[in-house]
Amino acid sequence: MNTTSKSKADTIAKLREKILLMQGFKPAGAMHKRITGLMPVEQAFPNQVFPLGAVHEMISEGPEGAAACGGFLGGLLGTLMADAGICLWISNSRSLFPPALELFGASPHRIIFADLQREKDVLWATEEALKCEGLAAVVTELNNITFAQSRRLQLVVEKSHVTAFIWRKDPVYLSNTTAVARWKIAPAPSISEPGLPGVGFPHWQVELLKVRNGIPGSWEVTWSEGRFHTHDETVRKLVSVRNDVQKTG
Amino acid sequence: MQKRYLSLWFPYLMPDWYCMRRPDLRGTAFAFANLIRGRKIVTMISAAAADRGIAAKMTVADARALVPDLGVFDEQPGREARLLKALGRWCIRYSPLVATDPADGLFLDISGCSHLWGGEAAYLNDLLKRLRAPGYTVYGAIADTPGAAWAVARFGTPDHNIVKNGAQAKVLVELPAAALRLEKPLLERLSKLGLAKIGSFINMPRSVLRRRFGEGLLERLAQALGQQQEYLDPVVIPEPFQERLPCLEPIRTAAGIEIAIKRLLESLCTQLAAEGAGLRKGLLTMFRVDGKSIRTTIGTNQPVQHQGHLFKLFELKIPAIAPGMGIELFILEATRTEKMPIHLETLWKGGTAAEDAEITLLLDRIACRVGPGRIHRYVPDEHFWPERSLRLAASLTEKPELSWPLHRPRPTQLLTVPEKIEVTAPIPDYPPMLFRYQGKTHEICKADGPERIEREWWLDHGEHRDYYQVEDREGRRYWLFRSGHYKGDSRNQWFIHGFFA
Repeated sequence: MNTTSKSKADTIAKLREKILLMQGFKPAGAMHKRITGLMPVEQAFPNQVFPLGAVHEMISEGPEGAAACGGFLGGLLGTLMADAGICLWISNSRSLFPPALELFGASPHRIIFADLQREKDVLWATEEALKCEGLAAVVTELNNITFAQSRRLQLVVEKSHVTAFIWRKDPVYLSNTTAVARWKIAPAPSISEPGLPGVGFPHWQVELLKVRNGIPGSWEVTWSEGRFHTHDETVRKLVSVRNDVQKTG
Repeated sequence: MQKRYLSLWFPYLMPDWYCMRRPDLRGTAFAFANLIRGRKIVTMISAAAADRGIAAKMTVADARALVPDLGVFDEQPGREARLLKALGRWCIRYSPLVATDPADGLFLDISGCSHLWGGEAAYLNDLLKRLRAPGYTVYGAIADTPGAAWAVARFGTPDHNIVKNGAQAKVLVELPAAALRLEKPLLERLSKLGLAKIGSFINMPRSVLRRRFGEGLLERLAQALGQQQEYLDPVVIPEPFQERLPCLEPIRTAAGIEIAIKRLLESLCTQLAAEGAGLRKGLLTMFRVDGKSIRTTIGTNQPVQHQGHLFKLFELKIPAIAPGMGIELFILEATRTEKMPIHLETLWKGGTAAEDAEITLLLDRIACRVGPGRIHRYVPDEHFWPERSLRLAASLTEKPELSWPLHRPRPTQLLTVPEKIEVTAPIPDYPPMLFRYQGKTHEICKADGPERIEREWWLDHGEHRDYYQVEDREGRRYWLFRSGHYKGDSRNQWFIHGFFA
């Protein structure tokens, strides 16, 4: 009885793996880049790896949220562009300040900005760019995208395996998309080192609102010493300590 | 290759043109006159006026005495030359090298062009027919030299307007001396001596001719006979990399245009490859049946001689082409070429840098669709102010000379123009306690700064900026600055300039 149930579980696991493979999620291998410090977040994805060669949807609110999202994206791009990769940044309303990305490990001179005028052109350029296998990543600033449009991008990405980020600033509505994950990045109060004045390291509330075949969740992520730090219990404690200090002070 | 030239003669160029603009004048006697030394002199006359005895250089009064109903119009200086040039440009569809022959004619270098029309006779007939259709009186002739063609066009019979290869001497013998494009005093001297026809002096010793008539006659004679090269000044200087595709039937469909572009590119790319050059700027000119021409340009980021890529760039432009009644001639020119870097040639076949090439192709496509100046790449620049601390890279391969500033915090979102805010700042040189931005009050709980950024006095004058990085209670981080020193009671203006990650 016990052995049969075990073999059943085995077959189910194997079938699951097969389905994931068919859906384009490959198990972790040499191809995959681990994003340092984002381990807990990566756990949310199928196979426990950050899905490359897929469309990610990033959501931010307001200019402050956009700043946070820009930083987080910069960190991701830093890993993706690590070996002299080139990134294309397509937008029709760019307010990103390129030099800031250097702090997040993405060399600004290796990012090519296409500042287009019409949203139609942005979509067209994104699709064309995603066909180009030489690009490390493509970031598109697009407020709204329909399901059909996202499916087009998904089909291109499945062939070329380029990682795409659709950055939606203040989206009017959150329609369904084919994106592998929907992230929401919001600024969070920075954590200062005890006894030191001033603003701390960039600190964000990173939410995975939707993950295909994964588990959505929410994490606090800091950028310091050139890498991400996802906050575990010790930092949580620090946060609570800080909150207490604020309450008493 | 045997050179062949075509000379066109418009005996009534301006009057014909005027008739086209004013059809009521067609067939009437009229003339153009100009004021020369206080007298009105007839300069150009219509065919009907010539029939009735009017000649150029008559005074208007004399002409009016001959023909009382003569219409006289003022001559517009320069109009004739412009008209001739426009006709020359129109003739480009027949030959790439067209030169104006001042006053009343055109020269076409038709070497290797006429077979497309099925022989020289058909070529000339087609050209003359199309020029005569709107109403020009025009004669033409084809010969081995421009001089002989000129002579036959003006003095030959219209039935024998094609001089066979090497037969110009035989034809010239029969023509009057004026057919050699000689100056008037020389012609008068020749006729005084009874040398009315070219044949009467063509066989005289050169030394005799030189002594009697000077070098000018010998030169014209040599040019007409083909012993001396004559230089033509082309209306449109042909590009070194140019391909032409005349079409038998006017092309009106997108598919047809695609095929035409493909064929042009095929030959252009072989030409480019033979020269080791790559295309940077291409110009496709399409001549429509109705006389209009459409131009389309493409540009690339790097020299390209790959046919498929160039076609993709043109493909984006095809929907914007309006063929109208049809396109009869395509001309593709490489208006700007550059030497092909040697390593690039192998890239198309795949290799380590193939991905880079793919990216340049992608950028070419984007630039081609959305227009120039939309693709940016930045490198750091040596300036204090954050707005100026970066500049556009000159090329895709430019390496930054400086490193990006890491020691100073810079916001990820920067406002192009700093916006005014209201702040409450308690102590001089301290960050504000709270600020209002877009109707919202932000209470500041953490702050860094100030970082003083001076204005570059060699660029402009004004106050420096004291920047503070602040964080409000919700954890949102801003970049604020105060313009100038703290001024005590007079209030300083504060600005918000960016948002930190």
